[in-house]
Amino acid sequence: MSVFKSLVKKETIHILRDRRTMLITILMPVVLLLLFGFAISTEVNDVRVVAVVDRHTDMSRDLLQRFEVNDYFTFLGLADPADVDRILRSGMTDAAVFIRTHGERLVTQIVVDASNTTTARAMTGYIDGVINHSKPDDLVLTQTLYNPRMKSAYNFVPGILGMIFILICAIMTSVSIVREKESGTMNLLLVSPVRPHTIILGKLVPYFILSCVILAIMLIMSYTVLDLPSSPSVISVVLVSLIYIILALSIGLLVSTIVSTQITALIVSAVMFMLPVIMLSGMIFPVGNMPLLLQGVSCIIPARWYVEAMRKLMIQQLDISYISTEITILLSMTVILLALAVAKFKSSTR
Amino acid sequence: MTPAIEISGVTKRYGSLTALDNVSLSVSRGEMFGLIGPDGAGKSSLYRILATLLSPDSGYARIDGLDSVADYRRLRSIIGYMPEKFSLYPDLTVSENLEFFASLFGVSVDDNFDLIESVFSQLRQFPDRKAGALSGGMKQKLALSCALIHRPRILLLDEPTTGVDAVSRSEFWDILSTLRDKGITIVVSTSYMDEATRCQRIAMIDNGRILDVDTPRRLISRLDENLFNASSSDMFSLLNHLRSMPEVIDCYTFGATLHVVGREDFNPDKAMDFLSHSGLPDVRIYPAKGDIEDLFIKLTRYEEQC
Repeated sequence: MSVFKSLVKKETIHILRDRRTMLITILMPVVLLLLFGFAISTEVNDVRVVAVVDRHTDMSRDLLQRFEVNDYFTFLGLADPADVDRILRSGMTDAAVFIRTHGERLVTQIVVDASNTTTARAMTGYIDGVINHSKPDDLVLTQTLYNPRMKSAYNFVPGILGMIFILICAIMTSVSIVREKESGTMNLLLVSPVRPHTIILGKLVPYFILSCVILAIMLIMSYTVLDLPSSPSVISVVLVSLIYIILALSIGLLVSTIVSTQITALIVSAVMFMLPVIMLSGMIFPVGNMPLLLQGVSCIIPARWYVEAMRKLMIQQLDISYISTEITILLSMTVILLALAVAKFKSSTR
Repeated sequence: MTPAIEISGVTKRYGSLTALDNVSLSVSRGEMFGLIGPDGAGKSSLYRILATLLSPDSGYARIDGLDSVADYRRLRSIIGYMPEKFSLYPDLTVSENLEFFASLFGVSVDDNFDLIESVFSQLRQFPDRKAGALSGGMKQKLALSCALIHRPRILLLDEPTTGVDAVSRSEFWDILSTLRDKGITIVVSTSYMDEATRCQRIAMIDNGRILDVDTPRRLISRLDENLFNASSSDMFSLLNHLRSMPEVIDCYTFGATLHVVGREDFNPDKAMDFLSHSGLPDVRIYPAKGDIEDLFIKLTRYEEQC
């Protein structure tokens, strides 16, 4: 058996025998995907509304009816103007609509519980939509492209992918290399005639394969369970993900050459790479909304470019030619990090 | 014939700390060579240089005529290195560990099995047990098997018996003797003095410097003739009294008694009388047989005075 093969076999045994880690690595992406896909959602449903009407006319009745039949609202009924404040404070309703009739026109006021700004914004939008619908004279047509039903699951898939690969490649790889340093087995590998780059490759390849398996699981789930629209861009998705996986592996390797204990490897990978991925990659908070300084910082975070590319490919279903910037940046980051990691590894082992 | 190992003027510094200070040594072929010294003396650094893991700041180390820096790649298949901790993969089985290390050197286990047969015989009964579940003695034998599987000409063992029970230790040294008989040069470090006497020659190392190199017997016989055991039911006062006597060079606890290094004019009977008169109960002083430990204490004390 060749040296390389037996290195890969050994590493595979490490991964497979560590049942708990194995379970976490396979289960976590699935759970995260389902969690973000179904449980956590920025959509607002069942907005509870009370109405205050000064005079019942055909127009006001018509408007109230529209609230009643709309799926997004739970119409609680009419309220006395003096009670509205109390009802809102007690949390019995999310919003109140004041309807006054001025001659032939309806004048409306929307009062919304904005203790959660995100839902408040969505509710205002919904209510606005229902009210303005009754004014055929100044009609606004809204069309939401790419994600017509505004499913938040779509939004999260790229982010979760960006996070998972950092987790598996960067954290697991760095911990596994540092474990050998800690236990002293790295010394035995290094005093053997095996060349350092063979040792590195033997370490990286099994994690690369594991990442590919997880990529496959995630993509299959995205296109089946989460109903992401399938398109020919899937091939580009795989391609960009492979670049990103190699990038994450280089990060893991680089971390492992810098630190000397498993726990620091874990902390460095988690704090330096996981947190920025979650906070700054645009996975949850849009990059455009960040302060200028953080926007600048986000540029050096690989996940930002990956998530952006994935959004374009998976949700907008654009051609690969539209993400040439992202690919170029990811590729150059990969080359730089890999070169840095290999140079650092070589110098630490002479 | 070139010596198996030739170390000349090797110095290694880590920042302001000097781990090895102008170390020179020579080990002949087929020799069992012991390195003894306290923790932090520089033994492990010396091993790492010999194992080609570390380059010396100055000086050179040649193994089998090959330079440890320039010819490190060729050297790596000649030496077998067993680091301080038993470095094995705890989640791999006994046979998986052995096969893995064999494949690193491009050999198969069967090719060199004759060499490790005596070491491996007990392990053979449970080839599928995880290395992490082995006892200390078994781990040590597996680590030795892994270090031997590519038939090295020179075996570097860094404290191989630390954390192993007495029976396994003595077995291990029997195995080392048979390996030496097969022509393998062995450099072994130990903190057990009884083990040091089983080496053909030993080097005493402290603070990165070689204090002395000779056969264990000659080193011990060079000990001061005036070495005595001293005991009393009040050991602490005895120690203080003895240390204050001008004709006593050194006095230290040694097991249940004290060892006294006296000058030429030290008379055990006179000292006994004097101490009894000073009110110490049951004083006994009688000639002692020095061993490696006394030697070591003597050498390090001498070092401090310099």
